[in-house]
Parts: sequence; C-alpha cells; structure tokens
Amino acid sequence: MLYIKCPHCGMRPQIEFSYGGDASVKRPDLNKEISDKEWDDFVYNRKSLRGKHLELWQHISGCRQWIKVERDTATHEIFKTFKADEGVV
Amino acid sequence: MQKYSIFNLVKNAFSNHQNWDLAWKDPEPKEEYDVVIIGGGGHGLATAYYLAKEHNITKVAIIEKGWIGGGNVGRNTTIIRSNYMHDENGLFSEFGMDLWRKMSQDLNYNVMFSPRGIINLAHSDAQMNAYARRGNSMRLNGIDAVLLNREQVKEIIPMADFSENVRFPIFGGLMQPSAGTARHDAVAWGYARQADDMGVDIIQNCEVIGFDVSAGKINGIRTSRGNIKAKKVGLCVAGSTNILAEKLNMTLPIETHLLQACVSEPVKPVLDSVVTFGAGHFYISQSDKGEMVMGGDLDGYNSYAQRGNLPTLQHVLTEGIAMMPFLSKLKMLRTWGGIMDMSMDGSPIIDKTHIDGLYLNCGWCYGGFKATPASGWTFAHTIAQDRVHELNAGYSLNRFNTGHLIDEKGLGTKTWIS
Repeated sequence: MLYIKCPHCGMRPQIEFSYGGDASVKRPDLNKEISDKEWDDFVYNRKSLRGKHLELWQHISGCRQWIKVERDTATHEIFKTFKADEGVV
Repeated sequence: MQKYSIFNLVKNAFSNHQNWDLAWKDPEPKEEYDVVIIGGGGHGLATAYYLAKEHNITKVAIIEKGWIGGGNVGRNTTIIRSNYMHDENGLFSEFGMDLWRKMSQDLNYNVMFSPRGIINLAHSDAQMNAYARRGNSMRLNGIDAVLLNREQVKEIIPMADFSENVRFPIFGGLMQPSAGTARHDAVAWGYARQADDMGVDIIQNCEVIGFDVSAGKINGIRTSRGNIKAKKVGLCVAGSTNILAEKLNMTLPIETHLLQACVSEPVKPVLDSVVTFGAGHFYISQSDKGEMVMGGDLDGYNSYAQRGNLPTLQHVLTEGIAMMPFLSKLKMLRTWGGIMDMSMDGSPIIDKTHIDGLYLNCGWCYGGFKATPASGWTFAHTIAQDRVHELNAGYSLNRFNTGHLIDEKGLGTKTWIS
C-alpha cells in the first residue's frame, strides 16, 4: 500500500485517497481562440512516462481536498506532496 | 520444420525426445529488413506471422527487449470473447473469434481453445435491459448472445450466491456461448514457431533506444544490439507505448496503468464457464489445472511497476466472494501484475501515423489477449498495404480529434477510474 502525506492531514494510507490523473495538464486559457490540437492535448493526450510523475489525488475519505503528489511510476516512491494551489518548480 | 503430430511424438519417444528441432532460432540482427516489428508479445508475433502468411513479406524482424511472451500475453486471464455492443468492436472481435477457432490447426500448435461461454451477471432490472440491448446489438452483428434469467443462470453456475438477502442479487445474465479461454503461452509460442519457420527473425534481449526518422519518414531503429535499417516499423508494445512515443516526439491518448490477476490453489472442477460480476469489476474462470483464475480492477494510478498493490486485490476478491462465497475458503497461489495501455475511450488504436512507414498498434486496455489474432491480422494488413483494413478503420488515432470515439464502457476519458 502507498502512504501519501496529505499536506493538510499528514501521512495517510492510499485507500483514503482517490486518483485524479496527470497534474501537469493545463486547461487552455479562457477568452481566446483554442485550436483542436490544444483541446486534444488537454482532454486526451498524456505523456504518462516511466519515472517522476506529478499527479492529482483527492483525500476523499479525509479532508476531501485535492492535492498534488510527485511520485515515481516505476518504484512508487513519493518524493513530495503539495497543496493543490501550490506551484511546482 | 517438424510437424507436431502423434506420429512424430511416438517417433521421438524412441530417442527420449532429445532430437526435436528448436521451436525458433536465435538469430543475430541483420543490417536491414523490410518490416521491423517492435515488441515480441502476442500481437507482435501474430503480426509477423500474418505479414509472412497473408502478404508474403518475410524479410521481417521482431525486436523484443526481454523474451518473447514475457509481457501481457503471459500475464492475462486468457479470456476470449466478442460480446461488444459497438459495431467497430463487435465486428473486429468476431473476426478474431473465427481465427481463434482455426488457430490450433493453422499454427500446428495446440492453443487449447475452449469455447466454454462467458456469462456477464446482471443484478438489477435496469442491467437486464442494458444486457438485452447489448445482446441484440451483438446478434445483429452475427455474434451469438443469449439472455439468461435467474433460473437459467443458476443451472450453469449453482455455486454462485443465489440467496435472497444479498446486496447484489443475481437477476440473470448475458451469455456468449462461443466465448471461452485458451492457453495464452501457446498462442505466443505457436505464432513464434510458424513466423520463424517462414523466415522471420525473432531477436530477443534487444532494446529499442531510438528511431531514425528523417523528412517525415522512418529509416530504421537504434537498438542495444546496433542500428537496424527498416522500410517500415510497427509498434506493438502495449504497456510501454508511451515510452517509445516519447522517443518519437509523439504524445498519445494513452495512460499506462497496472492490472493485477491471481490464481487460487487448484481444486476439483467446479466452474465450466467464464463469469463476470455485474456490480463491480471481477471475472473468474477455472483453468485446466483446476486453479480459479481471477482478475478485476486496475490499481488505479499510473504505473510501470509490473507488480500489484494489495488494496486493489482485496477489493477485487471481495467482489468475488460476494458473487461466489466458496472462494473465501481457497488459498491464493499466485498474484501478478502487467502494465496496460489505457486508451482514453477504452478502445484500441491500430493505425498509420504522421511518420511515413511508422505504424501504431496500442491502447488495448483490458482486452488485449482475445484480440491477438485479429490485431495481428489487421495490423499486418495495415503495414503491408499502407492503409487500414475496414475492420480496424474505426481504431484510428485521429478519432480523438474528430470525435468518433468508441466509448464501449461509457467511461469517457477516465478509463482508469475504478
């Protein structure tokens, strides 16, 4: 089982969380012309690489906050967790 | 090539089976091929076989990072079916069913295809209606489907929980009697043996580290065992598609996820069909050795680990015990995991790409094994003719751009949601 350090509640088992996918995906800006390619990249296309992956999780059985987790997709090592609105360098 | 037959078996018994030919060779990579298939799994091996057999293209190499059949063709739960509602999936899979029926003769290799039927259980009136609709769609496409009521299901699987006060009572089910199982390793080995015999080079322990693309055209690949020139290159690397796509500067509508399966200790024959739980994601069959073969949900987050996590297994088996309570008395023999291409609509991609001479076969989600022959057949056609066959025309890469999704499960773009 993974253990994820919720930035609001502390270290909790994975079963309290639900997964939300790639956190690096950005919605195209509002109020501007959006090409089909941009929509494709936002809605469908994913890098899904082996190694470091920034992803969204929701602490659904806890504080119910969305958080960002930086995790290795091959070893499952979790490097860092962030609040949803925290920027990632 | 020596034919596998009862006569050859007897003949070789006199020499203690020491003189059988090798099933396939271990060649050094040549400098150049007409077609290079990356990935020596079921789909890759089948593609090479049909390239040679149907299209007479034999200057073909299969490049495999590990050993052939070591990926998902060796890790699945061996279920073969074509019980799809949408035309694209139904017609494609039913074409495959035909190839399955002939496979053992075709390959001269016993793949132990066993059309024992699959039953999808229904646990509400609404689900029965949905299954009636799916069954009708199947029958319109020439696929056999039978809607079973509760009593009929009980006759086939009396060991399931038919008591009155369960959380998910069994209302009935949809059965495809011609569905079944096959010996998965034999499928890989049978295709490999025949492809090798027709001149295909099966090159194992050879990792692809890059591609040689110039002016929008593929010229070859770079591997851990040297550069190989190729007029055409086909990708058949479910689970690792995203890794190779990155080397090609492509971003695909695919996420890589982990799916687990498990078998119990062997028990006496109890279940003679494949059964799926309708109120969650759990499927079960019994192998010829007597093990109960089970599987269900993805682990639920991007993973290349090829090993599973206990919470998901526990969740899946809880569903199994809800459906067939006797399972709780069995000991677990083995659990394992494989990495899946989860496409964004749950349907696969077999298509050309924007790079001339580069072809893509990926996105098989939960259903790669049963698609092995049809996938190989259509992919071989796509590569040989440089155009898609009508059977895989729907499995295009640009359907995500044009909106022609094949959303069989109605899950939208989050096919990994459990």
